[in-house]
Amino acid sequence: MNYIEPHAHMVSRTTADYQAMAMAGCVAICEPAFWAGFDRGSVEGFRDYYRQLTEYEPARAKKFGIPHFTWLCINPKEAEDAGFGREVLSIIPDFLDAPTVLGIGEIGLNKNTKNELAIFEEHVALAVKHDLPILIHTPHLEDKLKGTRLIVDSLKNANVDPGRVIIDHVEEHTAGIVLDAGFWAGMTLYPESKCTPGRAIDILETFGNENIWMNSACDWGISDPLAVAKCSIEMKKRQYTPELIQKVVFDNPKKFLSQSPNFRI
Amino acid sequence: MPTKTDILDLYFMDSRYKLLDIAAYLDRLDRHDGELDFRQRGFDKALAAMQAPPTGKSRAQAVLEALSDHSTEPADAATIQFAFGAPQDS
Ligand SMILES: [Zn+2]
Repeated sequence: MNYIEPHAHMVSRTTADYQAMAMAGCVAICEPAFWAGFDRGSVEGFRDYYRQLTEYEPARAKKFGIPHFTWLCINPKEAEDAGFGREVLSIIPDFLDAPTVLGIGEIGLNKNTKNELAIFEEHVALAVKHDLPILIHTPHLEDKLKGTRLIVDSLKNANVDPGRVIIDHVEEHTAGIVLDAGFWAGMTLYPESKCTPGRAIDILETFGNENIWMNSACDWGISDPLAVAKCSIEMKKRQYTPELIQKVVFDNPKKFLSQSPNFRI
Repeated sequence: MPTKTDILDLYFMDSRYKLLDIAAYLDRLDRHDGELDFRQRGFDKALAAMQAPPTGKSRAQAVLEALSDHSTEPADAATIQFAFGAPQDS
């Protein structure tokens, strides 16, 4: 079945992963900017990363017939140094006209600090100024509940259209907070933390199939670039119709992402 | 929609082995020397929450909330970049 991978960190993956995703039916990959596993030493390190995201990865994906799109930001871990965060933020507009940029992301919180929140709010203002959708990372493990609440409160205060914001990595305790406030929700199929396929389907059964997508968030950690394809098999085992599976793995992400004029498949 | 039997057919064996893994993990902690810390206190609270979730919460929600930081104010600064899996005040 054709599917969209709406959140994958392909800079951390091999070319064989692109090949496997193409064979599994992946018809579009969207790559948010994130923490590379270590703190970068300079603004120029980010400029190179944004070039990788806007020039090199689209070319690598194209070899397998997959359109590659990206979201730009400085991630919350490195934004804890707010001065550095602002320097990096100042170069992002240089890349916003690139033809595969979808919006600002994945911004958010990591340890729910004041500096992270300040840089988060500056990213939101940048997105509003350029009329771009927003993709949001919620914190890990014990920090997720608090971080999700802080993010939702901040976005409400900023009067952002919730239909143009996806809040990712929801789990059972945060999905309702996000969806009830009118935002889109992303479920991440990631071993050890976040959701298993079984739990992601439970969340669909509990919270409904509207305004929600699933992704692998495959990166440099133990993760699976085929997680969405595997979850669609799990949905079949749970007696989902082909139409409903397609809605979750293709139609929903296409609907949200199509709010970016650059998203075309 | 699948029936309870369908769900048992799909997930019983998988859940049985995960349950045994938890039991063996708790035995392993019992057998070894040293002190437990907030992580295991959080785990114990989560186990209890799973058995008796608060009204209106699913078991999964109860477990996740037992393992969550419930403070509401942003922290002054990050002292670590990672998360432990349980709040430090467990
Ligand atoms: Zn990510």
